[in-house]
Amino acid sequence: MLTLRNLGKTYGNGVRALDGFSLDLAPGEIVAVIGGSGCGKSTLLRLISGLETPTRGIVEFDGEPVNQPNPLINLIFQEPRLLPWLTVANNVGFGLAELDGDDRRQRIGAALKKVGLGELGDRWPKELSGGQAQRVAIARALVTRPEVLLLDEPFSALDAFTRADLQDHLLDIWSETRPTLILVTHDIDEAIVLADRIIVMRPWPGRILDEIKIDLPKKRDRASVSFEAAKRQLLTSLNASLQPAAVCTSTIAAFC
Amino acid sequence: MVDLAETGTKPATNTSRSGAASAFYGMSRQATVAIAVPAFGLLFWEIAVGAGWFSGRLMQPPSRVSATLWGLLRSGELLDHIGITTVRVFLGFVLGTTTATLTGALTGYFGLVRRLIDPSLQALRSIPSIAWVPLFILWFGIFEASKVALIAVGVFFPVYLGVSGAILSIDRKIVEVGRIFRLSGFALVRRVMMPAIFPAYVLALRSGLGLGWMFVVAAEFMGASEGLGYLLVDGQQLGKPDQIMAAIITFAVIGKLTDSLLIAATAPFLTWQDCYRREG
Repeated sequence: MLTLRNLGKTYGNGVRALDGFSLDLAPGEIVAVIGGSGCGKSTLLRLISGLETPTRGIVEFDGEPVNQPNPLINLIFQEPRLLPWLTVANNVGFGLAELDGDDRRQRIGAALKKVGLGELGDRWPKELSGGQAQRVAIARALVTRPEVLLLDEPFSALDAFTRADLQDHLLDIWSETRPTLILVTHDIDEAIVLADRIIVMRPWPGRILDEIKIDLPKKRDRASVSFEAAKRQLLTSLNASLQPAAVCTSTIAAFC
Repeated sequence: MVDLAETGTKPATNTSRSGAASAFYGMSRQATVAIAVPAFGLLFWEIAVGAGWFSGRLMQPPSRVSATLWGLLRSGELLDHIGITTVRVFLGFVLGTTTATLTGALTGYFGLVRRLIDPSLQALRSIPSIAWVPLFILWFGIFEASKVALIAVGVFFPVYLGVSGAILSIDRKIVEVGRIFRLSGFALVRRVMMPAIFPAYVLALRSGLGLGWMFVVAAEFMGASEGLGYLLVDGQQLGKPDQIMAAIITFAVIGKLTDSLLIAATAPFLTWQDCYRREG
């Protein structure tokens, strides 16, 4: 159980990246966070992952405050961020330093197979395509069996085919151990395909504007009527989030 | 699924296997290309002296220089000189790189240490290193210690600058990966920072080694009875330009050789690098 209570982050240069962000996440839940640039989406993940500490509020995981990186919480970045001096297999095994020998090899092999790259363990990161590299990054995060997986626009640099493929793949992987997923994205389809709940944020300072529940069964058909309906609802909300603050207060005051 | 297109069907080891043979071929071809310019120069020099275009007294032709070189080699004298000079460079290099690596690591890693000592080191760096010679002779005497100290000073600065600069330019994004996996302190240094700066470190060592060979001459000028630098001084004082040239050529060969050794020793650790190489 992950609880975010009144999270706020003001950076040294005075930028209020996030303000009054509260959210409860049940185990196994998939939440997408969507919003324009500068609304604190990435900051949110950095706070939950413990890479940064909030200026206000608290992140609680199973009742314990998170002030530094936690073994059960992992973050997948927008770029693969593989370590170029390690082979693919050793990149995947980066978080398994305390394991060695067969156990380690087996876990790495299983994780690579899970992302469909079982054969590429001996390659260098420079020999991978963008989609392959991001799969390796996913395998690296999965191999330590996290209970919370944070994804910061993980597929945004990929082409549409690879992206849709990896989204399906992510769901398959998720269904095996059912970690809590928080997915930051600016891709509307991606949010609706994956999430149980979509949090719409608005910027300056970043805060929650709207919350949309998606009650469709997983493996969603991107062309179905209900998918389209959810998409329209999300678009309306997103448009509101991009309005200047003055308009916002008069038209959708309830959300601000 | 895009799966198949993505992963491809080539066996994983494909590139590395054919790589060894073509690398050897490439290297021998590279050597041929590299030797062409000096070979042509030597040929021209020999012909020019032989044809009497200029006097060979001060510009001894290659044939004469190689005869001198051969003589020195046969008498065992050359190997003695090379040996003592190499030992001096080696000791100075080890001393210089060790201190430089440690200081560079400290100033690169700890902001406080950097603010404390980096400005002073930069000031010391701008002193022409030869200016230390009289002081070192007073401090360490005229024998080995002062020579090794001078070489170490020459080696220190490029390595120091390379290490501390490389640490300061480590990609934050890669360090964050380490932090996500809860690495901190020495584990983060060992598993992320050290490999990240390694290519820059090799380059720093190479320029350090180059300066080591440069400074050994200055060191041997200040009173030595053996060493390649002594051959230079001796050749000047006794008017033997062929001996000077023989020593210079030896410097070129040994310097290039040690540099190549350094590259060869570090290359296996750098195959992962994704570098721009322009062909032709």
